[in-house]
Formats: sequence, C-alpha cells, structure tokens
Amino acid sequence: MGWLFHFKMISRSAFEGFGNVIYPLFFATVAFFVFQAGNGPRTLLYASLGSAVMGMWSSVSTTAGGAMQRERWWGTLELLVAAPRHFALILLPVTLGMATIGLYSFAATLLWGRFLFGVHLSIVHPVLFGLSIVGTVLSFGGLGFLFAVSFVRFRAAWVLGNLFEYPVWLIGGFLVPLFLLPDWVRPISWALAPTWGMNAIREAALGGSPLPDLLLCLGLGALYVALGLAVLERVLSAARKRGALSLS
Amino acid sequence: MAAIEAEALHRTYKTHTGTLRRKTKEIEAVRGVSFAIEPGELFGLLGPNGAGKTTTIKMLITLLLPTAGTARVLGFDVVKDPYEVRKRIGYVFGGERGVYERLSGYDNLRYFAELYGVPPKEQKRRIEELLELVGLRGREHERAEGYSRGMKQRLHVARGLLHDPKVLFLDEPTIGLDPVGAREVRATIASLTEAGKTVLLTTHYMFEADALCDRIAVISQGSIVAEGTPQDLKRGVAEGAVVEVEVYGVPGGTVERVRELGGVLAVSVEEREQAQVLVVQTESEAELTHAILGCLNGADVGRVSRREPTLEDAYVGLVAES
Repeated sequence: MGWLFHFKMISRSAFEGFGNVIYPLFFATVAFFVFQAGNGPRTLLYASLGSAVMGMWSSVSTTAGGAMQRERWWGTLELLVAAPRHFALILLPVTLGMATIGLYSFAATLLWGRFLFGVHLSIVHPVLFGLSIVGTVLSFGGLGFLFAVSFVRFRAAWVLGNLFEYPVWLIGGFLVPLFLLPDWVRPISWALAPTWGMNAIREAALGGSPLPDLLLCLGLGALYVALGLAVLERVLSAARKRGALSLS
Repeated sequence: MAAIEAEALHRTYKTHTGTLRRKTKEIEAVRGVSFAIEPGELFGLLGPNGAGKTTTIKMLITLLLPTAGTARVLGFDVVKDPYEVRKRIGYVFGGERGVYERLSGYDNLRYFAELYGVPPKEQKRRIEELLELVGLRGREHERAEGYSRGMKQRLHVARGLLHDPKVLFLDEPTIGLDPVGAREVRATIASLTEAGKTVLLTTHYMFEADALCDRIAVISQGSIVAEGTPQDLKRGVAEGAVVEVEVYGVPGGTVERVRELGGVLAVSVEEREQAQVLVVQTESEAELTHAILGCLNGADVGRVSRREPTLEDAYVGLVAES
C-alpha cells in the first residue's frame, strides 16, 4: 500500500513526469553519439540499453537521496517515525516507489532510441529481459533504502544522492565496458547491484545468459536492505537525540 | 496508574555559531518539567511561543530523546519502549504541513490507517466515521493541496484518531484557524474526553485552555510555573484588580517604575493596533491608577480602565514574572 501511494504521489507531478520523459532524451543522445562511431546494430542496442538504465539510476539516486528531506519539508517525516509500524516497513515502499518511477525513464529512453536513432529493440529472451528489469528495479530500491536510512540523521545529506549519480553511470558499466576501466575500480563496480542489473538486461536482450547476473543483482539488493536495517535503529536514535526529524 | 507521567524532563539543544571558529552553545529548551495526567483527563500545557510546549510533547511521543529525566505513557517508557508507546497514542499538530498534498484526503487517511495498523476490514468504516466527525465528507476525494487550512487541520484530527488511540497529543491544534473553524475543532476536542480518551493539549490561548481543560500547567522558558484547575489559577488573581492604560508609546523604564510601586503584582505591555496597553495587576485594596499614570512621564494616554482579573491575566502575570 505504501509503495502504491508513494508511486501515485510521484507520478502525479507534471514537472517530475515531464522530466522523466525529456531527461532520457539527453541520455539517449549522448550514448548514441558516442557509440555511433561503432559498427553494427548491436553497438547501438548496447548504448540504448545502457542509457535506459542510466535514466533509471538517475531517477533513483536523486530522489532517494532527497526522500527524507522531502518528507521533512512536507512535515510528514515525524508522523512516519511516530507511527507504530517499524520504520523500515515504511521506508522501503517509498524507495521502491521511486525505483518504479525509473521505469518511465527506461521506457522513454528506449522509445527515443527507436524513433530518433532508428534503434530496433529485438530482445532475444523477452521473459528474462522483463525479469532482469524488475530485478534491477528491486535492487535499485534496496540501494535507495540504504541511502535514505543514511540520510535520516542529517538534514542536508540529501545532496549526497546527486553525488552518486554520475559515478555509477561510469563504474556500473552503463556506457563504458568495465574492462576499459582501471583495475582498482572494478571491485567497486562488482559491489554495486546496478552493474549486475545492467549486465543481466544486456545478456537477456542480446542472447546471453542473464541469470547469474540477475541473481547477483538481487543478492546485492538484499544485502543493501540488510545493511540498512542493521543501522536503522541507531540512525533513528541519533536523529531523535539531535532533533533532526523536523526542519527546525 | 497515570496515563502520562513526566518526571524532571530536560531537553538541551546544541547550536553552533561562526564558520571558521565554531563555538558551541547549549540551549535548555525544557528544564525539569514534571506532571502526571490521569486517564480520561484533558490536560492543558499553556505557554507563549518558545516556552517548551512542543519540545515537551515531542519527548512524550518519542520523537525527541530527553537529555535527562523520564517519561511514561500508559506505563511504557518513551525511551526504552517507543514502539509500545506509538501503538497507543495519536498525535495532531496545527498548521498546513503534515499532509500529502498530491493525495486525496481519503488516500491520506488510508495510508496512515495502514501505518497505524488499522485492520483492512475496518479501515473503510473507520475512515468514513472520522470524515463525518470532522466534517470532511463530500470533499474526501479531492486532493489535499486544494484544502483550506481549516480542512487540513480537520484532516489532521481525523488522522490522529484513525487507530482509536487511548491517549492523544494535540499540539496547538487551532493555530491559524478562523474563529468558526477553531470552534469546530474545539468542539471535537471536547468530545474526545467524553469518549474516555486522555488528552494533552498545548496552546497559547488562555480562553481555549480555560474552556476545555480539566487542569492546566503554565510553562514558561522551559519550566512549569503554575499548575492546577482553571479555578485554582483564577483564585490566585481573584482578589486582585487589573488597571489597563492605553498609551501611545510607552516610555522607556515605565515597566520598572510601575513594578516598584507598592501593591503591584505584575506588569506587562500589550500591542493593540495603534497603541500599547500597559496592563498592571494590583492587590485589590490598592488604588494605584494615579501612581501608574505618574510613571508614564507625560506620554499620550488614551483609555484608562480598572476591572477584575481573568484567567488570562493570571497567565500573563505568571509568564511575565518567570
């Protein structure tokens, strides 16, 4: 129910909805100009999928980071904390709602690619493709949960959500294959669920084997949730001690 | 067992000043507040802005940790058992914030009904009852962003009652409402104790506390300066008198000069439209009107009146002298 209401709220904003449709145009354009130098439809499809996940990630990283601050502005954060339900059960649907909105961006990017750059999306394993997208959304929600938990304590921490947006585009392998990145970056990439979600989506589309990547993606997403749960009570206690649940 | 018990509650905030050389300053928002509220009682916490009312209530509803002292709600410690406390309380605060504006009033209540653990089978019936109680029936499917302030306030009250809590905390629930809207909310509040609920109400409107509360505690600068029934507090000023002098610009030092006159109990200055009003509480047998006018050093004086003190005078006197 919480997921539904937060999804409803976010999708009712004309400005946010407009942004989620137009912003992907820029993702798609950057990706296609970079990859157009390559040859073959697979390269462009690779770029199309990468830029689609870029849009999905941007949707989550910026909104999850600001989720707690938005609740503070609305005056509802205190009401959520004061509710008898465990705060994790309240927060997780919020971040899942935000991750679901990322699907708009994903779909919009693929459509821009189809109509502007003529990228035909032929998916070899459509069911696994769909499952990979859902799995990626869930793991993004889990990572958003970890961000949001970390940001409850500090009123201004929401800006850090923006900080994570661009680095993950690179080290998640959305645009640039991981083998091109320095060796020391790869362990960081491997620890990020978006990396494995991206791989699963590409493998499903291009005819590979997405299941191992999908399982890793979901596993990491669950790990993020577990980490968030482990620190949540301590973070809430610190916020209550410092009086950080309200704007003043 | 008292429904709400606070023992020597303290809450201190740290603030920082300066950028390069940061200095830490401690502010004591609540200093040793203690009271006990019996089941079914409507208790008022009355004080001016910044007195510590909201901070006290937030400690009791588990949103703030006390710096010192203890508090229990229905026997559960607010620090050690926050989830047990939260299951049994409702919290309503004044103002326009605290609603999800992009959702309808009905969806707001549905969401919070989920959070408060109202069984799904009962949610619809309960929401409709509350919409009827607070007078929002017919407007419930409109988005909350289109609601007036009074409607949002009534939505808050409905939200606070969703899970039928035994204890309700109302933090200035009528602030910013027009007189008609405020009267409707007060009528709703009065009906709550008739239904057996325990209510802690914070307000800075004396007449509201006088009309609604079984007992009142006056809080000023973080401490309770008086406690009792409205009749007890009135008795404290019943034998006195109040002299009001309308002045166009109270000269400096007037309050101190008047305070030094024999028979003066309390002095305050109120801003009323174009003039200021010097309000002096005196012992009843003292006739001090001429002496008070003499302290004004030739300032322009309008109306001068002498009357019996009200509960509001008792409150103003307590706050001014604390």
